[in-house]
Amino acid sequence: MNFKQKYVFLFPGLFVLIGILIFPIIFVIRLSLSGWNSYNGLNFIGLENYIRLFTDDPRFWESFFRLSFLSVTTVILQYVIGFALAHMVWKDIKFQRFFRVLFLIPMMTTPVIMTVIWRTFFHESLGPVNDILSNFGMSPKWLTDPVLAKFTVIIVEVWQWTPFMFLLLLAGLLSLPKEPFLAAAIDGASPVRKFLYVTFPLMAPISIGAIIIRLIEASKIMDTVYVLTSGGPGTSTETSSFYIFIKGLREFQMGYAASMSFTYLIIMIVSLTVIAKVLTKLMLKD
Amino acid sequence: MGKLYKILKYFFITFWAVFVVAPFLWALTTSFKDFNSVNGGATYIPWVDFEPKLEGWRVLIKSPANGGVDIIEPYFNSLFVTCTASLISIILGTLSAYALSRFTFKAGFVKNNDITFFFISQRIMPPIVLSIPFFLFLGAINLLDSLIGLIVVYIVLLMPIAVWIMVDFFNKVPREIDETALIDGCNPYQAFFKVVLPNSIPGLIVAGMFCIIFGWIDFFFAFILTFTEVQLLPVKIVALNSSITPWWSLSASALISVAPLIIVAFVVERYLSKGNLSGAIK
Repeated sequence: MNFKQKYVFLFPGLFVLIGILIFPIIFVIRLSLSGWNSYNGLNFIGLENYIRLFTDDPRFWESFFRLSFLSVTTVILQYVIGFALAHMVWKDIKFQRFFRVLFLIPMMTTPVIMTVIWRTFFHESLGPVNDILSNFGMSPKWLTDPVLAKFTVIIVEVWQWTPFMFLLLLAGLLSLPKEPFLAAAIDGASPVRKFLYVTFPLMAPISIGAIIIRLIEASKIMDTVYVLTSGGPGTSTETSSFYIFIKGLREFQMGYAASMSFTYLIIMIVSLTVIAKVLTKLMLKD
Repeated sequence: MGKLYKILKYFFITFWAVFVVAPFLWALTTSFKDFNSVNGGATYIPWVDFEPKLEGWRVLIKSPANGGVDIIEPYFNSLFVTCTASLISIILGTLSAYALSRFTFKAGFVKNNDITFFFISQRIMPPIVLSIPFFLFLGAINLLDSLIGLIVVYIVLLMPIAVWIMVDFFNKVPREIDETALIDGCNPYQAFFKVVLPNSIPGLIVAGMFCIIFGWIDFFFAFILTFTEVQLLPVKIVALNSSITPWWSLSASALISVAPLIIVAFVVERYLSKGNLSGAIK
């Protein structure tokens, strides 16, 4: 179909989005070439910020690798648990609707607000976790130990976002065609083989989509970290977004923060595209 | 094999259910505590472990002058910003999605898929990248710390979701529906509003739910772009989380803030069971 009216449908949305975004993006690029801080305005200092970022700022790259570690780990856990849960409530289970609603609930709750609750939950002396563990003579420092704090962030992220994975995968399972399962039943395939050779391959495209969507969202981890540990102890849970936030809106080094933002955006786009390509190859090879 | 799997299945499901519910239960008991029962260590069962008090809930409705936490105004601010931004995103997003699903666009090397990708790729944008220019721009046009400023920003967050869900949905609505309407003498607008749109209610509801979820749970932009005039609920509640945290009122306000979205969980599950969601999300 082709009508001249097609532009009336497309353009309002497209132009509103471009209109809101175009100036901020041009401005970030321009800002990244300036030394805007508390003293200087929008001057022009060429690539100085980028040179500093690439040669003299290990903290940014550390925060970036930490972010990669956190987001990849949480997404893998969410995928495995989400798939397991979706498969379990897919059919033949008592209280099916109850469990489905229950497993969706965490994603409907505001991450920062739940994180405030998690903070009290993992409190070293007053929280229930350490209260139970103290019976076994343990009192781990959930929020102030550099290694354990990362683990706590992962627990909270998995709690919050496994439901999203669960939702996408369950919707996928419910839309699968019936014929391959009938064929497998006639061949007398065992449940394990049925899963490996029928369910999993059929779910591959949806799995890739779900993993990519979650990776995109997980790469923005910031709220949870801000409330749970404020990037601490030291910088042990600081992610890229949080570091940029500190530089830009706390220390007011706008120019430098903008150069980090732009670099970070480019890295994000490139790495997510590569991950999408690799996953598609791996999961669809058969 | 079958039996062992069944036991493991129920074990795992129960374990996860407990994990999901645990923070809510903890918040619920904590909301009835007072200073002494919080600082004496973790306690769980009211009347047995501690004497329940209503203080945590009472401060929510008191005015700030009497030492209350004023969360009613932030509550309505959040509701207003989320609903307005969702509505605008759904309207604009649905129109664009319909165009991308039904008509062919070509401008140089840019085709339909590229335009769709442009819309959806806005989700890749890390919020921090936009926050600094938005901060400076909204400041320049006097919209910093205002509801309108936030709505503008939230449209960027939500429209990609609306377009993503609706393009997939329209791709599954048979083209014959529009074609029949056009043959019957409708113009393209009538075909869309009178025939296609009434058949797209499930897709619209799912897209709406997702916009509301992602609008309601945002903290970052509200945190950076508002200060005192306008406060949204998450910012207000996180602000309670200071060095001398009143755990009881914190828990009570957290429970109140997550309550409305629990209804959304029921709606989403309903559409999931009916099989409508499988088409809408992919």
